[in-house]
Amino acid sequence: MKQEVRLIQGNEAIAEGAIYAGSRFYAGYPITPSSEIMSECAKIMPKVGGIFIQMEDEIGSIAAVVGAALAGAKAFTATSGPGFSLMQENLGVAIAGEVPCVVVDVQRCGPSSGAATKPGQADVMQIRWGRHGDQSIIALCPSTVAECFLLTIQAFNFAEKFRTPVILATDEVVAHERQNFAIPAPGDIPVVNRKPPTVSPEKYRPFDAEEDGIAPLAVYGSEYVFHISSSMSGPDGVTNSKPDNIQWKVDQLNRKFEIHRNEIVLTKSYDTDDMDVLLIAYGATTGASRAAALEARKNGIKAGVLQLVTIWPFPDKEVEMLAKRVKSVMVVEMNYAGQVAGEVQKVIGSHVELKRFNKYNGQNISPRDILAAL
Amino acid sequence: MLQETGRKYLRSGVLPHMWCSGCGIGIMMGALLRSFEELEYKNKDIVVVTGIGCTGKLDDYVTTNALHGTHGRALAFATGIKAFKPDLKVVVLMGDGDCVTIGGNHFIHAARRNIDLTAIVVNNFNFGMTGGQASGTTSGGKITSTTLYGNPENDIDISALACVAGANYVARITPYHGWELKQYIKEGLMKKGFSLIEMISPCPTNYGKYNKMENPLQMLRWLKEKGVSSEDYARLGESEKDEYFVIGKLCDRDIPDFNTRYEEIRVRALSS
Repeated sequence: MKQEVRLIQGNEAIAEGAIYAGSRFYAGYPITPSSEIMSECAKIMPKVGGIFIQMEDEIGSIAAVVGAALAGAKAFTATSGPGFSLMQENLGVAIAGEVPCVVVDVQRCGPSSGAATKPGQADVMQIRWGRHGDQSIIALCPSTVAECFLLTIQAFNFAEKFRTPVILATDEVVAHERQNFAIPAPGDIPVVNRKPPTVSPEKYRPFDAEEDGIAPLAVYGSEYVFHISSSMSGPDGVTNSKPDNIQWKVDQLNRKFEIHRNEIVLTKSYDTDDMDVLLIAYGATTGASRAAALEARKNGIKAGVLQLVTIWPFPDKEVEMLAKRVKSVMVVEMNYAGQVAGEVQKVIGSHVELKRFNKYNGQNISPRDILAAL
Repeated sequence: MLQETGRKYLRSGVLPHMWCSGCGIGIMMGALLRSFEELEYKNKDIVVVTGIGCTGKLDDYVTTNALHGTHGRALAFATGIKAFKPDLKVVVLMGDGDCVTIGGNHFIHAARRNIDLTAIVVNNFNFGMTGGQASGTTSGGKITSTTLYGNPENDIDISALACVAGANYVARITPYHGWELKQYIKEGLMKKGFSLIEMISPCPTNYGKYNKMENPLQMLRWLKEKGVSSEDYARLGESEKDEYFVIGKLCDRDIPDFNTRYEEIRVRALSS
């Protein structure tokens, strides 16, 4: 079936992607530059049998998302830096309770309130380590309107399959850019649902992982009665602070990402076959890096680009494999500290020259910026 | 007629419970589980949502569905559950720390939203779990481990706040008044919309120790004496009122709840 091509914005594509993935619950609190996702959901959810609820703050938004997910919803919320900071504690509940859900973090510039309408990519480490305690998470990073749509579906699929919150980490540039996009027909993109219990209701325990490291998750109100806790708890979900149990629990929360690492880590490479210089980019810096690499080739510099689609778990093997073949690597990102560059450094050590291209003045990185630095 | 015990909602092997002697939480749990039985609720249809603190430990004792969340946020977790699955009976158990100290914002908005939750607040005027610190309901002048020379701040009236914020049902009672406690919980469970049952509770271990009521019986007698009807309260002199509190039903109305109104929104959205 031929689908209608529309000029849509990244944020709209995320809302559309969520609906396509089967999300029927949105709870949120308005914040620039993510608000269009909320407005779209307010418009669409009541028409498709879903719930849209505007909560009193971001703490409540993520809490409502977790509650709805346990009641059977594919639930999500969207926010930006300040709101994402507020969500951290309850995101920890989703991690500890292995509750599938999606959080969109449209990154904006600066610490604190910063510059609300300007882009940044400085939440990379907060996404990974923003919560206290031992935990892991998945984060995906779209760079185009199409990727906003497709990676939103991917985020829900990963959340459901691996029983985990997934962060969709975009930025103000990707969120607000408009591109032509045809929403795929239903069925064209695979949609994954959580694994339901197969044992009898009496035997069901919500954290009994199967061989793949994932425990089936029931829904409140079904024949399967269950307990989810933010406190250290056993396979039955009831408080248990014995050393053996704590170790088992922390292992289970982290091990599933190691088992399924190769399925979760997604990257794209462009012109890397004969390259001498590797540009590493994610989100909004991807397009500029690709344009810069093409231009550099005209000037005799053989440049290629690695786009990190998944940023957490970090694509260490993929970076290592390409970095081995070049003289220098340059990481292009909109933050001061080089949050991804630091991870790249860990992988490549001192064998290859590492250049960092960081811009953190609230302006997008242009191909010209990158060319000048090459 | 045999008396309902609520036993089928109590996990086996969990007694004795962890609460101190003289604490009211066990009495509230008994009243809640008996209410479930009298109303013939099925375990699978109930979700008990808790926060953090002494009351927040209650989920570990029940055989229903449960979600043990974070400090102050139980109502927000419960809002997600109820909004998505309106047929579930969602009960939120909090202490005064959870409800109106760290979680005050969620409390106001859950009442305003009039979402069909039954919230039970055990108000013992202090943080018990962490060692008897002052909370949002500690009265001015009272002694706690963080107000050793008297509390310089005023307290919040939880029930009055729920009434003005828009709750459909509000009642205040004490564990001394066991029959009324269960009755109010049952009415709260049956009421559509946000209901709040505030149980003023003894904490001899902490609050009592600091305020010359270390003996559990002494604290219970204090609750019996100080909890009065609204008529009796009105007759008190202004200087006495600080020492007494009103027990009974404080608010009972039938404003349409969130889910009912959301259904109307859906119809409007589909025809737009």
